[in-house]
Amino acid sequence: MSVTPHKPGVDARWGVRAWLTMVPRSLRQHAVSTSITVLAVALACGLVMSVFTIQRQAHDAFIGGPVGFDAVLGARGSKLQLVLNSVFHLETSPGNIPWTLYEEIRKTPGVKAAIPMAVGDNYRGFRIVGVTPQMFDIELAQGVKLKPETGRLFDPTLREAVVGSFAAQRTGLRVGAFFNPSHGVSEGGETHEEQYKVVGILAPTNTPNDRAIWIPIEGVYRMAGHELRGSGERYVARPGQAIPDEDKEVSAVLLKLAAPQFGAGLDQMVNKQGNRATLAWPIATVIADLFSKMGWVTRILELVAYLVVLVSAAAIMAGIYNTINERRREFAILRALGARRSIVFGAIVLESGAIAAIGALLGFAVYFAIVASAAVVIRDQTGVVLDIWQWHNALALTPVGMTLAGAIVGIVPAVKAYSTDVAGNLAPQT
Amino acid sequence: MPEMPVLRVTSLKKTYRTPDGERHTIIDIPTFELAEGRQVALRGSSGSGKTTFLHMLAGILRPDSGSIEIDGVDITAAPESRRDQIRADAIGYIYQTFNLLQGYTALENVRLAMMFGHGVDDARARGLLERVGLADRLRYRPRALSVGQQQRVAVARALANRPRIVLADEPTGNLDHRHAAEALRLIRDICLEFGAALLLVSHDRAVLEQFEDVRELSEINRAASDAKIAS
Repeated sequence: MSVTPHKPGVDARWGVRAWLTMVPRSLRQHAVSTSITVLAVALACGLVMSVFTIQRQAHDAFIGGPVGFDAVLGARGSKLQLVLNSVFHLETSPGNIPWTLYEEIRKTPGVKAAIPMAVGDNYRGFRIVGVTPQMFDIELAQGVKLKPETGRLFDPTLREAVVGSFAAQRTGLRVGAFFNPSHGVSEGGETHEEQYKVVGILAPTNTPNDRAIWIPIEGVYRMAGHELRGSGERYVARPGQAIPDEDKEVSAVLLKLAAPQFGAGLDQMVNKQGNRATLAWPIATVIADLFSKMGWVTRILELVAYLVVLVSAAAIMAGIYNTINERRREFAILRALGARRSIVFGAIVLESGAIAAIGALLGFAVYFAIVASAAVVIRDQTGVVLDIWQWHNALALTPVGMTLAGAIVGIVPAVKAYSTDVAGNLAPQT
Repeated sequence: MPEMPVLRVTSLKKTYRTPDGERHTIIDIPTFELAEGRQVALRGSSGSGKTTFLHMLAGILRPDSGSIEIDGVDITAAPESRRDQIRADAIGYIYQTFNLLQGYTALENVRLAMMFGHGVDDARARGLLERVGLADRLRYRPRALSVGQQQRVAVARALANRPRIVLADEPTGNLDHRHAAEALRLIRDICLEFGAALLLVSHDRAVLEQFEDVRELSEINRAASDAKIAS
């Protein structure tokens, strides 16, 4: 007989098929409002995923990047400025320390390597760093050294330079090219008369070092207009005349320790007992402090991102809610055909969830666009390279969360659809 | 053995509250039966409770009291989900305004009705639309169809789930004289063909003349006859 109850599962199976028919149809029928809402959701999801991944990657790149050194010794002052200047080639130098201090620290037990560096010039905004050739022996990370991809390393007695990969790419410097350094660590300073020959282009290391131009430290001392005050007295280098060690000075000394525990001893010696210099150790902690101090910015960005998600979820709800009145007759017809209230309710919740899910998927395009753009800017400004393919849990949680949020806000219009007066809405519309 | 009625109505009452706050009885039917496969026309004027009666028979509206049995199952005592199922499985409904889903093609309108019943039978859906003369209009949406064609889709949809009874509420009210006659003939023929009883309500004399069994709503609905006496 026709009115016998259905077998268990029959209604559920056909209910699902009804949803699969009704939901895509409704999305197409309301294509304009659906598209606008999907776009809003895509922007929201892309923004949220970007905020979390850029924050994490920037944190990891600055704190856990292949720095290659454990500590930095420099002039008395800010540890952060010292690290930013010597490791990330950002900021200005906090001042100089005498060469004799470098010698002293180099001979301290537990110091495995000490690389003196001198800064103060640039070429087209890319910092020129004077170092000893030992810099190129340092392993920045497992198997990663500053080594020429083309050409060779500089001769420390000549006006030769090796150029970081990014600096070479941006300045157009090639092996065999000549350039004149300009005074100052940023673009716009007076051009020096000394001409340097590019003898090597370094292989990319994806570190801030790719943005530097490396010359012999002696070259910095002998650059016209540079004065040395290592002994406290003014000294200007003269051609053909050796510079006494007591007159030399360095911007910083990059230190590699034999073991981490030596850092505490050095810290005690330099920072607590001494007053001539500052030791930034460990480097990662100094940068982590910066991120910690700047944590409120991240939290505000996260808050803004959550608000954008909230607004887009509200947009989904408003978009569907506004269509419910014009769709009351459709719901009444469906109910008159035998559709249960749960079918109508579920169709609206699914429709809302589907809009959120489509938006979330498109959000990946927005995410890649934002992260790729941010990666270019961050690399330009800091030399730190973000990996846009790096996984972050936000890449899964955001789309899933957005879809759930979409389905949840769909409950409001779904309740309205659920309670449609069937008899009243089947009447002719005049 | 007496023939089992496909529809049996007993002591059915429905009232509604007027703007003055009083309760007005719109339906008061002591008894009404429709035998399997029979075709009955109910004559009733506007406001006589025709649509309310059909809505209650379909389980769309709940009566205040009384019972409505479809194939022996009292739908007034059944929970809403069961009434929905009975409506989908056993009752076909043809409306004056067709009530087709505008976003769906003719074929999809029929298929969707099947989803809420015994399940989609694509061959049957196509067969029904071919039977009503719309073989070349399967993919047309209602707006692309003439009024007469829309009514034929509605007829095919009403028969989608092999109903035991078809309820038709002024089914030719929106059609011109020629199309009305055609539509009526189609509804009657197809109900006979598929073994469904037909209960049609109308106030159109031309329609009612086509039926052998025509009953006055005022004769079975005491509320309508009271209103008549009062007027």
